[in-house]
Amino acid sequence: MAPSTSSTVTLNINGEKHTLSVDHRTTLLDALRERLDLTGTKKGCDQGQCGACTVLVDGRRTVSCLQLAVASQEREITTVEGLAEGERLHPVQRAFLDLDGFQCGYCTPGQICSAVAVIEEHAAGWPSAVTEDVRPEAGPPPLTPEEIRERMSGNLCRCGAYGQIVQAVARAAAAGTPTEGAAA
Amino acid sequence: MREFDYRRADDVSGAVALLGADPDARYLGGGTNLVDLMKTGVERPARIVDVRALPLDRIEPAGDGGLRIGATVTNSDLAAHPGVRDRYPALTQAVLAGASGQLRNMATVGGNLLQRTRCGYFTDVTKPCNKRAPGSGCPAVEGEHRNHAVLGASEHCVAVHPSDMGVALTAFDAVVSYETADGPGELPLADFYLPVGDTPHRETALPPGALITGVTLPPAPVAARSRYRKVRERASYAFAIGSVAGALDVSGGVVRDVRLALGAVASRPWRARAAERVLTGAPATAEYFAAAADAELAAARPLPDNGHKVTLMRNLVVSVLSELAEEAAR
Repeated sequence: MAPSTSSTVTLNINGEKHTLSVDHRTTLLDALRERLDLTGTKKGCDQGQCGACTVLVDGRRTVSCLQLAVASQEREITTVEGLAEGERLHPVQRAFLDLDGFQCGYCTPGQICSAVAVIEEHAAGWPSAVTEDVRPEAGPPPLTPEEIRERMSGNLCRCGAYGQIVQAVARAAAAGTPTEGAAA
Repeated sequence: MREFDYRRADDVSGAVALLGADPDARYLGGGTNLVDLMKTGVERPARIVDVRALPLDRIEPAGDGGLRIGATVTNSDLAAHPGVRDRYPALTQAVLAGASGQLRNMATVGGNLLQRTRCGYFTDVTKPCNKRAPGSGCPAVEGEHRNHAVLGASEHCVAVHPSDMGVALTAFDAVVSYETADGPGELPLADFYLPVGDTPHRETALPPGALITGVTLPPAPVAARSRYRKVRERASYAFAIGSVAGALDVSGGVVRDVRLALGAVASRPWRARAAERVLTGAPATAEYFAAAADAELAAARPLPDNGHKVTLMRNLVVSVLSELAEEAAR
């Protein structure tokens, strides 16, 4: 096969398939924003350091600025536009609104996508860098503010809305956890 | 960014064949380091061979309680694995101390070992750097080197290896498996990174075109009581100023077995064998822990602006070993 610097790819985004020709240098972030008009995902540092471009790839949070579009085929991509069910906001979106988890809003789509995954990772029993005992028999750590801050540390907010972001993540996590009464 | 050809490999031999040991081609794992370096022009491959979909994403038991970790296992999956958390907790702690949740979901074990230094001169293509442009010089020796090496460096390069994972793997005697066109091979992690000398651009002993296929952790009962401690300039999501992976087996107040490796002090994760020799069979007391740290750090050659690292590492070693000893006494 002769070398080629572009390819036709099919991207599965928010349940819809999009076929487009991309220069191999195109990141998933640029494909979303510049080619597919999905501008909810934001470009911050473009170096994988700020988290503004966070999307879910096969359910896992990913910085789309370091993910090549050509390497994103056959994977399920969820952006902030794909979280709500029609007019019904995702519980994390609802919590960010109710608790003022933002000021300017630029980092918010990344914060929200990240938080959705944080809650799932915690529910799956993943420890974090602040988890005292990581051994399986210690059980999953409670999702304390300290745990939330550590797990959300890949999302920077230059307005400094962290206090409310932590509260919003905690509320959304609690909302998704059935209490004993609810489960009975 | 330079334009490049992109190929996706379906199997290991196919990946090796697609790369063809071409110095202008690169394997792509999670891309968290390579894509970033391509954006800044440090890396300018003409061809990318995507190995992310290779069937190397499993963690399996290996001989008498060891683990074999596939090269495309993500940092997240490695850290969350019950066998790792149970038998090598310092490895989970080390992985979780690195990067962010997003990056750990993307980054792979093979890529982690091959990630490049974050030295500011290396990542800035407008500056000289012997690692990036051999023979161009090392501005860090007289320039910004607060976070640079204090052990095993040379006048040609004082950059440090940035991996947290690699520090724990080094403490636990991990062995790297790879594949080449001529067949498979293995390298203990202790021999994986080359001494700096006057060839800082040659970082590993991997043959040209080799693809890392996995990392094997031999059984190490001592690792069940282990810790990773990292010091950085903020509470989370930063590279280390210094780090320690330690494991300790104490009985009757005497050290029966010990593993110690230091991070962010050298061009590679630094196994502290001199310290281990002092400790083996010695009383498990702070006095001996300090003597062990001193034995290791006797070889330290700090630069004008990073002498604090020697003190920091001494304190880190003593505190990690003291905590492990306390835990053992409980």
